[in-house]
Amino acid sequence: MVRGEPRLKQKQEVTTGMRPLIAITLSLAVLSGAALATADAEKPLPSITGEKIDLGIREYDVTAKKRPVDKSVTRLGEKPEDKSTTDHSKLKELQGPFKNGQEVTKACLGCHNKAGDQFIKNKHWTWHWHNPKTGQDLGKRVLVNNFCTNAAGNEGMCAQCHAGYGMKDARTYDFKNQENIDCLVCHESTGTYYKLPPTQGNKACSVMFEGKPPIDFTKAAQSVTLPGRSNCGACHFYGGGGDNVKHGDLSSVLFKPTKDVDVHMGTDGENFSCIICHVGEGHQWAGSRYAPVAKDKVGTGKPGMPRQTATCESCHGTQPHPAGLMGIKLNDHTDRVACETCHIPSFAKGGVATKVFWDWRTAGRLKNGEGYREEGYIQGDGEPRHTYKSIKGSFKYGENVEPTYRWFNGSEIYTTVQTHFDPSKPVEINHLEGSAEDPNSRIWPFKRMHTIQPYDKGNNTLVYMHLWGDDPDAFWGNYNFARAIKHGMEDFDLPYSGEYGFVDTYSYWPVTHMVAPKEKALSCEECHNAEGRLKEVKGFYMPGRDRNLWVDRIGIFLVVAALLGVLGHGLLRIVLRARRKQS
Amino acid sequence: MSLHKVKVFTRFERFWHWTQALAIFVLLFSGLGVHGFHRLLDFEQLVWMHVIAALGLIVLWIFAIFWHLTTGNWRHYLPTVNGLWPVARYYAWGIFKGEEHPYRKRFWHKHNPLQALSYLGLKLFLFPAIWITGLAYLSYGFWSSGPVSNDTLAWVAVIHTLVAFAIAAFVIIHVYLLTTGHSFVEHVKPMISGYDEVELTPEEEAYLREDEPGRILD
Repeated sequence: MVRGEPRLKQKQEVTTGMRPLIAITLSLAVLSGAALATADAEKPLPSITGEKIDLGIREYDVTAKKRPVDKSVTRLGEKPEDKSTTDHSKLKELQGPFKNGQEVTKACLGCHNKAGDQFIKNKHWTWHWHNPKTGQDLGKRVLVNNFCTNAAGNEGMCAQCHAGYGMKDARTYDFKNQENIDCLVCHESTGTYYKLPPTQGNKACSVMFEGKPPIDFTKAAQSVTLPGRSNCGACHFYGGGGDNVKHGDLSSVLFKPTKDVDVHMGTDGENFSCIICHVGEGHQWAGSRYAPVAKDKVGTGKPGMPRQTATCESCHGTQPHPAGLMGIKLNDHTDRVACETCHIPSFAKGGVATKVFWDWRTAGRLKNGEGYREEGYIQGDGEPRHTYKSIKGSFKYGENVEPTYRWFNGSEIYTTVQTHFDPSKPVEINHLEGSAEDPNSRIWPFKRMHTIQPYDKGNNTLVYMHLWGDDPDAFWGNYNFARAIKHGMEDFDLPYSGEYGFVDTYSYWPVTHMVAPKEKALSCEECHNAEGRLKEVKGFYMPGRDRNLWVDRIGIFLVVAALLGVLGHGLLRIVLRARRKQS
Repeated sequence: MSLHKVKVFTRFERFWHWTQALAIFVLLFSGLGVHGFHRLLDFEQLVWMHVIAALGLIVLWIFAIFWHLTTGNWRHYLPTVNGLWPVARYYAWGIFKGEEHPYRKRFWHKHNPLQALSYLGLKLFLFPAIWITGLAYLSYGFWSSGPVSNDTLAWVAVIHTLVAFAIAAFVIIHVYLLTTGHSFVEHVKPMISGYDEVELTPEEEAYLREDEPGRILD
């Protein structure tokens, strides 16, 4: 079932510089709707944008740069040397020297002898999650998304964001070997620790490994503390292949945002680190995108009972608005409208853009036989973003984006590589369950990612692409869809018809960060309006948006009849009186 | 029976009438806006306007109901067919021929039978209907328990809006009928000064001159 409308939201800010490319990608998007079946054979004409072009492949070069380090805002995080019972820099076990991460991990587990057992159950390690409700097997190990599509088979690149060492292939990786846990990536606080892709990939990609500063493992080991934003953000702010590419509400801005960007994380405000909300113990913490809590009915819980959940309600309660007429009315909304819907009017704030559209069809163009990139978008903070990459295709960006709104009960059905679909309609990578009739659903804001990506034209399934590798099939370096898809599918013994096409896909990303200060929450008018933000959200009566056509017809008839009646009556009186006077 | 200038609209009655008139105009304006016929103000402002005017009017109604019952003024609205036909015939026919209005106001029947019947309908049906549906609409959050009640809300809105249109039609006819007397001003004046020409029985006249001399001018 596809519920989304196929048009693109046009509210995104777009710099004039990328207009030609947008025009092309837009027309492609329009064309693709009509000519999906034939799109595969036709490579769109090369765009001559006149934008800055640089040759070669360079991805994730920013993640190895030193990040602003923050302390977790907890009693321990403020001044660990005063409050903590342990100064790790003084521990003899951590005096090193350490040659690599595994040696550090061994030292960590030497004292924290339950941490390993705890962490190997964590999704950051397993890259796998079985959803007991839908029965689906999820996680990076298996899923296809509509960004770089699949980590499966491409771990050599993608697993640089695996919280472990050396995962070159998830199928052969030893998930029981606790010494491969990467403690540092989450706990070090120098901001200088970084991870590289586990394998080198095609020689064209080798530039990614050049010129990195050496890691001082000993210093990093001695700096361990509770995870700060610099730890979580090193991966999560760069998901999907760059700053804020994937989520839209998680960008490098959140390392040091103003409270205008994020009222909780603002360094001029509450200055929360991630773990203030993503609470947990024993290396399990709250906040899941696979099974989010769409409606928290418990709220703050009983006094003195902290809850292990990342919902707004767990701190603010289920009736969060202050007493009074307005408060009562606003609290009326909390059963059907998620907090985020009103309190996050837009995402990709603070100057870092998010990708909103991706067209894989244009991938593979070469200049002088080499892959290249075009800078076609200048984002709010002045940094250029690439609107074309030979390895990925064309992109469109958005900033201060108005979310897409949907009924949502926390359950999502994924289109996996096994799912058969109807390619004449956009495919929903994650179908959101919920409706107005479902009391557990609320209206939620989402970033909707629109992509045109390869699929198996014969079997109508998504495909695994072999992107990363030092071989003749890897797309990144060889730029051949046919070989990359064939290799990707055969690698996992998946049925492949041998013929690929391109299909429109949507993925929905719940918008939960970048909460605005309360003064900037949505006004009533934004939704209670026939042309408002919830125009497309159906199945219920909403004051100010919906009205009964027959009521209006009858009512207008009544009023017009009264008006005409009195006018006629009055006119007749005047005419007849004049006539009486004459006679 | 003799014609006298008597105070028929007490201070409270006049206050009630004009405050209610103002409230109805505010409610019609804001209600049409909320409904989507205009957005001269934004939704939040319109809703506030509507809620405050409505709650104010309801408080006034509570006082007015008390006043009607305790002062016996409810008797002015007793429906009667006695004299109804001549009044109806007058508005449909006689008025065009320049006939005099067939009804003479009396001390305990200051409204003509058609008028009394219309006001009774307004007070017994339209006002309670819009009042009850309005309160139901306003208190939606307290009685809603899941999605079923949203359909109910839609029906509440349907009734509320239809009654609002009916009241708007009443206002139009009500204002127009003010032009049917000797003059518009003459017709409005009693609701400002309180005094109007009324037929008094000798007993009523004697009572007023003895006990409420301020209510009778000549």
